[in-house]
Amino acid sequence: MSTTTRTTGGAIGASLDRIDGPRKVTGTAPYAYEHRVDNPLYLFPLRSEIVRGQVTGIDASAAEALPGVVVVVTHENAPQLADTGDRELAILQSGEVAFRNQYVGAVLAETFEAARHAAGLVEVSYAEEPHEAELREDGDLYTPEQLNAGFPTDTEEGDVEEAFSSAAVTLDGRYTTPMEHNNPMEPHTTVAVWKAGDLTLYESTQGAHPVQRTVAKIFGIDRNRARVVAPYVGGGFGSKGLPHANTILAALAAQMVEGRPVKFAVTRQQMFTGVGYRTPTIQKIRLGADSEGRLTAVTHDVIEQTSKIKEFAEQTAAVTRSMYATDNRRTTHRLAALDVPVPSWMRAPGEAPGMFALESAMDEMAEKCGLDPIEFRIRNEPEIDAETGLPYSSRNLVACLREGAERFGWRDRTPAPRSHQEGRWLVGNGVASATYPVFRLPGSRATIRYEGDDKYAVEFGAADVGTGAWTALTQISADAIGVGVDNIELRIGDTAFPFASVAGGSSGITAWGSAIFEAARVFRERHGDNPSEGDEVQARTPNNPETENYAMHAFGAFFVEARVDVDTCEVRVPRMTGVFAAGKIINAKTARSQFMGGMTMGLSMALHEESLVDGRFGHVINQDFAEYHIPTNADIGEMDISWIDEDDPYVNPMGSKGIGEIGIVGSAAAVANAVYNATGIRVRDLPITPDKLIQ
Amino acid sequence: MRPYKYVRAQDVDGAVATLAEAPNAAFLAGGTNLVDLMKLEVMTPDMLVDVRRLTSDRVEGLDDGGLRIGAAVPNSVLAADHKIRSRYPALSQALLAGASGQLRNLATTGGNLLQHTRCVYWQDVTTPCNKREPGSGCSAIEGHNKNHAILGASEHCVATHPSDMAVAMAALDAFINVQGPEGERRIPIEELHRLPGDEPQRDTTLQHGELITSVDLPPVEFFSNSKYRKVRERASYAFALVSVAAALDIEDGIVGDVRIALGGVAHKPWRATKAEEALRGEPASEANFRAAADIELEDAQPLRDNAFKVPLARNVITRTLLDLSEEGR
Repeated sequence: MSTTTRTTGGAIGASLDRIDGPRKVTGTAPYAYEHRVDNPLYLFPLRSEIVRGQVTGIDASAAEALPGVVVVVTHENAPQLADTGDRELAILQSGEVAFRNQYVGAVLAETFEAARHAAGLVEVSYAEEPHEAELREDGDLYTPEQLNAGFPTDTEEGDVEEAFSSAAVTLDGRYTTPMEHNNPMEPHTTVAVWKAGDLTLYESTQGAHPVQRTVAKIFGIDRNRARVVAPYVGGGFGSKGLPHANTILAALAAQMVEGRPVKFAVTRQQMFTGVGYRTPTIQKIRLGADSEGRLTAVTHDVIEQTSKIKEFAEQTAAVTRSMYATDNRRTTHRLAALDVPVPSWMRAPGEAPGMFALESAMDEMAEKCGLDPIEFRIRNEPEIDAETGLPYSSRNLVACLREGAERFGWRDRTPAPRSHQEGRWLVGNGVASATYPVFRLPGSRATIRYEGDDKYAVEFGAADVGTGAWTALTQISADAIGVGVDNIELRIGDTAFPFASVAGGSSGITAWGSAIFEAARVFRERHGDNPSEGDEVQARTPNNPETENYAMHAFGAFFVEARVDVDTCEVRVPRMTGVFAAGKIINAKTARSQFMGGMTMGLSMALHEESLVDGRFGHVINQDFAEYHIPTNADIGEMDISWIDEDDPYVNPMGSKGIGEIGIVGSAAAVANAVYNATGIRVRDLPITPDKLIQ
Repeated sequence: MRPYKYVRAQDVDGAVATLAEAPNAAFLAGGTNLVDLMKLEVMTPDMLVDVRRLTSDRVEGLDDGGLRIGAAVPNSVLAADHKIRSRYPALSQALLAGASGQLRNLATTGGNLLQHTRCVYWQDVTTPCNKREPGSGCSAIEGHNKNHAILGASEHCVATHPSDMAVAMAALDAFINVQGPEGERRIPIEELHRLPGDEPQRDTTLQHGELITSVDLPPVEFFSNSKYRKVRERASYAFALVSVAAALDIEDGIVGDVRIALGGVAHKPWRATKAEEALRGEPASEANFRAAADIELEDAQPLRDNAFKVPLARNVITRTLLDLSEEGR
């Protein structure tokens, strides 16, 4: 069985420095905008100033008269797309406007400055129709057929109403999370060039091949005539997991100037429309427990939004289906279809907002049951995964909670809310659990070729979004092939190499690493230990039969100290502890950074991030980093990060579970629980800002 | 962003004369505010006259014992000046509470004073705004207005002034020296910034072509017992929800003199004269500080999202004065 093949080389697990580090710090690693292209044109988009309706006229004469302007692209002159089935991507095919700031055109010019200036001179007139751009609990809601990643919309087991009526302790809570925007450091960027029917895209993406497949379909060309290049990516966080309209706009405009590359980097302000975001959520959770603090009933009902032009249904309550044991459980998701951009993946879609609500509710319920929140969670630890009925391949949540409690000093906590003050600071501690599924995306293929001189080339199209994949994949390749890391020539980030699935859902290492192991196995089988130069094999991520036998999830626990100024209600977090059970850690150094990044994003979700939509205008009005807050260095205190040794022989040949997102899941709740312990004020609506605490 | 002409003047006279003849020109110093606004086309000057090197970049003593701060002194240099730190600590603290290290290196004293008021609707040229287009309406009054004014606003504009430095200077009775087409004048800082009234497009009382050349701080001994407290949602690089600059003179537990100015609450740095008046000659107690704050905030008119600023301002005024009364003993 392939999944029990274990490595002996020792590269996996080493704290290897990033192999791309020197290139990045010396500025020689090319990001999408920086690839050298000849004679480029620069694109600046035109965006709708109404929410819904029709473009009735475009006067581009002033823009076209500007020196350096080559063409103003609008629906009146844009080439036809071959496939307009995806209405998010089918831009400039008609004058219809479906949301505020939707692309209605673009200026191409010889300089960025001329393009931007000209864009401001184009006069667009509209026929406006009524719109609804704000999520309201009492608005029209519908039931989607399924959720993101294929999860069922609703689940029900047992008899929740009966269980609630007989529960010794009950909790009824309403929690909300706001709209949030991904905002990687590198904004979405495309350089597009058409030559003799071939399209090349230098793209900032989490998946070169998924982009290739999408653009090939939309432009009606053979897949192998579209090449996507993405060796370095400045962060994605989900928004670069699927191509958005900005990529299509660049490629569409480039069709009008055959042979000339078109460069389009969206501005920070433009990041707040059209490249995905997290839906706001309204979550109702009810918990029932017996007198021993064992959950007898759990319901989690979610309201969230999608766009009228394309559905995205975040799986917010999916975590509740398996996190804790109970015989009676219901989860539901209802959507409001609005005149808004299409929501998409953002930093643990589903798990992050869902676990904020569930783990806040668990904290409240622990208090009602008179139990320590760690003990309450341990009492409700399930034997098997309730969603699939399967045992876990490994589940070490309890070990994480216990280890974290020890490291953090949980026993020194004063359980009574608002019972600990130091100077003008109210001090509180909070805990929350984390979980994230092991997704195994199919279809990735890896090529291994012996290039002589003890060098093995390992090739596939995967993107390193800044997480350290260049380094981790080199380590995996070394152990899989049975050589040192210096003998590996890794080549990724280009569709010229074999297909690789998206760097999303914390799945990259599982999918690509499994393909590497399979290719290495076949390579040795065919070419032995002394291959000839040019010997080569290609292999695919094999199916893992163990997924039929085991539920596979990573787990973790967070501990947070929050301080709240008694006069101003400013919240600061001087320390966080995170303990993870995520299988084998491939690279301790980059893994620590990923966990720290996740926990920082969780803190950011708890205290800072909130996209404010003005319903009258239909768009996010705090559209820059002065107004949309993320933490500064000064907001991040001591980060104590560790993991337990977990040997999971079932997940994949590396024994790894994926660590990109688990740091985010639950950490926001740990902050909220700590703020409650500090102040006695339970904030159920993120973010936790001073205005919600001041009395 | 619109193209513009860039001019470097030889001296202050030349810069003033150039601007006087160019109605759509603007002075450029650090550019940390203006250039951002030009990118967004909120500001569209057709000419920038670079004044960065024209005025003094030093802090010097005055004959009366006060200090003169050249308009070109960078925020970071001013914050670090030992005379400022020892005699006017609130000013140094305010500067360090503002922006980021990079911005403080670039931003100047004159430019910081002339930062524009902030409002997300003003910064977005696709939404109505009386400050950008007089008569088009105020989007913030019935929109998202958590960061907006609770004092001195009008039906035309509820924006707030973002400067930390100016709040400290307002508490410290600064004077602004200005040179313009009509010659030189000296303006109490109270009269530099203005409330929106029915002319929200005007942030200050300066006329077109007037250039700030320096700022004078008076020689007031008890200003060495001053403090700046900024409340913000994150620990750095955020505008104030509310800030307080205060200076306190206490003798035998009695308030001899006091200065209080608030940031984040109005279209200008808000000098809390009512609170000051209520405190002079009274015992320096928490109850009196709180009562004085309440007197100042009696006129507050919160909007949909910013009622929290009233208790917040009251708490911060009280706490800052208490801190000063303890430190000032």
